[in-house]
Amino acid sequence: MFAENYQISMSNSRRDFIKITSLSAAGLAISGKYLYSAHASQSAQQTLTESAAAEMVRTSTYCEVCFWKCAGWVYKNEDGNIKKIIGNDDDTNCNGRLCPRGTGGVGMYYDEDRLKTPLLRVTGEDGKQTYKEVSWDEALDFVAKKLQQIKAEHGPECTALFTHGSGGHYWGNLLKAFGSTNIAAPSYAQCRGPREVAFLATFGESLDSPEPTDIRDTRCLVLIGSHIGENMHNGQVQEMSDAIDKGAAIITVDPRYSTAASKSKFWLPIKPATDIALLLAWIREIINNNWYDREYVEKYTYGFEELKAYIQPFTAEWAYGITTIKPDQIKESAREMADAAPAVIIHPGRHVTWYGDDTQRLRAVAILNALLGSWGRRGGYYKPEKLDVPEYPHPPFPPVTRNWRMAMGGKYALADLALANGVCDATIPSPELDCNIRGWIVNGTNLVMTLPDKKKTIDAINNLELLVVVDTMPMEITGYADVVLPECTYLERWDDIRVVHGRVPNIALRMPAAEPKYNSKPAYWMAKELSKKMGLEAYFAWEKFEDMLEWQLKEVGSSLEEMKRIGVKNYPRTADDLYFTPGEEIEFSTNTGKIELMSTAFQGEGFDPFPVYTPHMEPPAGFYYLNYGRAPMHTFSRTANNPYLTDLMDENKVWVNPKIAKEWGLKNDQLVYLENQDGIISDFMVKVRVTERVRFDSVYIVHGFGHSDKKLSRAFGKGVSDSQLITRVLVDPIMGGTGMRGNFVTFRFDKESEVKS
Amino acid sequence: MRYAMAIDTKKCVGCSDCVVACQTENNVPIGYCRDWIVEVTDGTYPQLEIELRSERCNHCDNSPCVRCCPTGASHYEAGGIVVVTHHECIGCGACITSCPYDARYSHPEGYVDKCTFCLHRVKKGQQPACVAVCPTKCMYFGDLDDPNSEVSVIMKKRKHKTLIPEAGTKPQVYYLI
Repeated sequence: MFAENYQISMSNSRRDFIKITSLSAAGLAISGKYLYSAHASQSAQQTLTESAAAEMVRTSTYCEVCFWKCAGWVYKNEDGNIKKIIGNDDDTNCNGRLCPRGTGGVGMYYDEDRLKTPLLRVTGEDGKQTYKEVSWDEALDFVAKKLQQIKAEHGPECTALFTHGSGGHYWGNLLKAFGSTNIAAPSYAQCRGPREVAFLATFGESLDSPEPTDIRDTRCLVLIGSHIGENMHNGQVQEMSDAIDKGAAIITVDPRYSTAASKSKFWLPIKPATDIALLLAWIREIINNNWYDREYVEKYTYGFEELKAYIQPFTAEWAYGITTIKPDQIKESAREMADAAPAVIIHPGRHVTWYGDDTQRLRAVAILNALLGSWGRRGGYYKPEKLDVPEYPHPPFPPVTRNWRMAMGGKYALADLALANGVCDATIPSPELDCNIRGWIVNGTNLVMTLPDKKKTIDAINNLELLVVVDTMPMEITGYADVVLPECTYLERWDDIRVVHGRVPNIALRMPAAEPKYNSKPAYWMAKELSKKMGLEAYFAWEKFEDMLEWQLKEVGSSLEEMKRIGVKNYPRTADDLYFTPGEEIEFSTNTGKIELMSTAFQGEGFDPFPVYTPHMEPPAGFYYLNYGRAPMHTFSRTANNPYLTDLMDENKVWVNPKIAKEWGLKNDQLVYLENQDGIISDFMVKVRVTERVRFDSVYIVHGFGHSDKKLSRAFGKGVSDSQLITRVLVDPIMGGTGMRGNFVTFRFDKESEVKS
Repeated sequence: MRYAMAIDTKKCVGCSDCVVACQTENNVPIGYCRDWIVEVTDGTYPQLEIELRSERCNHCDNSPCVRCCPTGASHYEAGGIVVVTHHECIGCGACITSCPYDARYSHPEGYVDKCTFCLHRVKKGQQPACVAVCPTKCMYFGDLDDPNSEVSVIMKKRKHKTLIPEAGTKPQVYYLI
């Protein structure tokens, strides 16, 4: 377990955490109201006249509050103030309906806690480190000089980019031009990586985003730990609602009674960490009852007989003993799926890094889909299409001799993208590494909250020679930076054309609705200016960003003028059908050219060719599984300070089953600390929510709260951070994903002494 | 003409998009709201049920708020929409006390405010902002006197209820159950 390997004394640190001085006047005094209450208390905010009267100007954008990137229109009133954002009717990601976060995106623009001007870490005569406000020229000069220094002393490969969101493309191009391909997104190894590897191994294709699930036409939707409706992946939420209208059956597997569970025909309240046992039992039921799609399996799959032989021990009764799901429930729900097949979706989920055997769990999901013939079928998975928008011409990137993979010691060969945790590990010096990473650019991701094991992330940061943080908000990571580059929000900038895959290829335009506030700038501008200082300007050869967009749009038969007018452009599909045609000959991109029920790729790397159930550690007495998830009005930790969204939910609560609450004497809204199995106590206290919706062996919290940076005036100290309590990381041996659900917590009433019931 | 809203509790996921959309559409100050979400959980683990409801002013046919308003600021508009004329409101709060749904609040500028069914949008033939934004399309708005309106059609098809019918206010927001 590399989570415990390297410890570096904090006293060696040259990097004190600096709290960025707030430049704004007093923030809004907000008293939050939770979901269940009507009206909250006083707050001061300017009131404008009813927006109805005025004719408003609108400009096109696509949302940056989450990765779904719904396209919409930004409306401004007659004073030129941004008023509201409304979905674009032609956008297939949102169909004219943004989610609460997209609607509340206005709050990102108006948030007075935003980063306002470039900051440089300086050490005063007293040895105290502070941030100094500097010009963009000075800030970028510093970054350029440090990067060149790292290149000269260690090679350009000793730099890395961590990124989430639109800016990643520009910073990525800059880094590649500089000579490094260490580009990592926590959305891979901390989120959806295992399912991408599992589906790639099975069908020869990964899922990508949005997932090509044909929910609108499905007859049976199976959600395993996936809480659509609480995760507000817009198009999927909309389609799930359509499917409910059409009478589709939903099967939800979740220890918690999620919103989706409340809309389900079957809710299977599974014991945490036992999902693979249930999946194996389902596979056996479907094979042994001949409920699988015989023609599809014979024509398209590889390894059926081996699978059939392998699966025999895994009876519903066997699974009952492990999962606590009764055999008849297992059988009936399997029958439900089979009756709906091929219009059935065993949903892959999104954040799937749970227990370290996640790729194998997602393999079982993929196998089940294959047996029911749902891949490439109406109501199952459709064949997505994406428009090919060419890159603006630039010189070829220099070849690299070393990359992040070499720091992995030959492990995780099946990972198809860089591992953020791997790059983080490679930053901590070790005799085994020939290139430990010395410079990070962190764009739009709060690594301290995003990566598990906060202490280790900070250890890595303390070994850096350069940490550049690009963000709109003073997230925790900014306090560790050498240079802070304030980005303007998505409502104040141009960005790349949005190209998503879906049923219909389409593009969307983001253009500024307002000038950047304060001294903030778009990421593309920062990357281009930096390229000039580093002799890499040939990689950013456009004069103005709009010129590049115009060139790209022309290449795909559109123009900036047209896109400003329509916002979204849908193109005809080139492939004739969304689904496989009956009897179609298909060559899948796997070793065997078939859908691999038995994985030759896994076998080749020495892993089990079929999913294996492994018992996981159970909570000790007085401890509970720490389960975490999403709330529909927040995106991770990044929206926790948004005035509109904190107004809906400004803290998380710890959900506790009434039986457990009684044992501990816990009452609703009582404040407690959470302590995990490694003795880590939450920074802040959290309110208890006593609810039947959670299992007796687990507690539940919404991810993204418990911010420790005081500059987030609405988010500071509200609720607890699950990331802080996730110190036991279960690494997936197949692709290096960081399983985060192997942690247990107990309640504490104060930090000093343990009080037990 | 009788405007009404029907909200499908089977589809609502409680995301609160209706709340934010209303705030940005109607300049509702942060910290206040004209609509809100109620979640009701029934049963004991694992035999459970949840009802999710987006709630707001019920635009009652027999509105105690209109009856008790001393200045006539609270009044019916065409189609039965209950509206407060801000400049006629003296902020006495009688209507807030009289409303069984707690649907009204004191605006920091001194008047009482609440849902208008987005009258300004309805006049232009648009849907209320909450209905237009809802990702689950769980809200239906229209004229109950028109048998072909979306809201009439769905009410004929589905079982429905109103909130606190015993108050006798004849609410015009219906919940599909």
